[in-house]
Amino acid sequence: MMAKKQTKAKHVINREWCKGCGICVHFCPGNVLELDEWFKCFAARPDDCVGCRLCELRCPDFAIQVVVQSKQDQVA
Amino acid sequence: MAYDDYIRKRFFPHIWCPGCGHGIVLNALTRSLDSLGFDKNEMVMVSGIGCSARISGYVDLHSMHTIHGRALAFATGIKLSRPELKLIVPMGDGDALAIGGNHFIHAARRNIDITAIVINNRIYGMTGGQYSPLSGVGVRATTAPYSNIDPAFDVVEMATAAGATFVARTTTYHVREMSKFFQKAILHKGFSVVEVLSQCPTNFGRRNKAGDAVHMMESYKNGTVVAGSADDVPGSGKIRRGVFVEKTAPEYCDEYARIIRVARKGA
Repeated sequence: MMAKKQTKAKHVINREWCKGCGICVHFCPGNVLELDEWFKCFAARPDDCVGCRLCELRCPDFAIQVVVQSKQDQVA
Repeated sequence: MAYDDYIRKRFFPHIWCPGCGHGIVLNALTRSLDSLGFDKNEMVMVSGIGCSARISGYVDLHSMHTIHGRALAFATGIKLSRPELKLIVPMGDGDALAIGGNHFIHAARRNIDITAIVINNRIYGMTGGQYSPLSGVGVRATTAPYSNIDPAFDVVEMATAAGATFVARTTTYHVREMSKFFQKAILHKGFSVVEVLSQCPTNFGRRNKAGDAVHMMESYKNGTVVAGSADDVPGSGKIRRGVFVEKTAPEYCDEYARIIRVARKGA
């Protein structure tokens, strides 16, 4: 049986550079990100990340980097 | 090299407002340069004045921050003296088409190998929200409190008419498309223009009830259409995106070198 393609992503967020505009939060297709009480983004549901990197590409502040690793790679 | 090797990290966080589209343009631009794999020493970025012009300070390339509207004139000088360099000129809508309107059309007419990126937020953001030649009828600005009566330029039509050999339009929502167009424009031999619709939530969004950056980007998602697609029908009221012109024509530096050869043979 083919294993379902899954990804495990780590969101490296630069809190010093994040201005809390919420673009990443709104346009994330997996609804992974949220803003905290300081209006800085964080990965609230990192397991739902599909690794599309749209948050990283749309961030005006260079504050997010998504490090993607597939789960199969981890096992191997 | 990684994309963030092309930025001067010591100047971050940048001065742009939260949600400003200019950061997204800079993001896409650094990724395009990274994908193309150009050496930093081969690239020159020249800008004029305005929020968008601050880009040249944030990229780790040869850069010049010059006078309002005249970035293309400075870039023309650099290109003519060092034709092997790649020139990128980021401009705002006012910088490119009001103060620098004349330089813009004549750079396009000469077809000099420069990449002009017109970051169109339809307002003078830095100076407090005055209307620009791209604001359009009905827009509210500090200088048009009862709404603007000036019709807007269409950058794509204007660049095409003036003779630019690569003309494209995209938005800050369509980031992958933006990166693709930047790469095509930089590789294109001749004058290339990429118009990027970009949100100014502070000075355009607030005055025009367009909402915050997220809402403005939603409007780019829903209010634009890929030129030539099934949805691209006349009267849809949507703004067309895509590459509108991609052709070859004699390039200015090549023609200049040719005329020097002709003149020397005559001597």
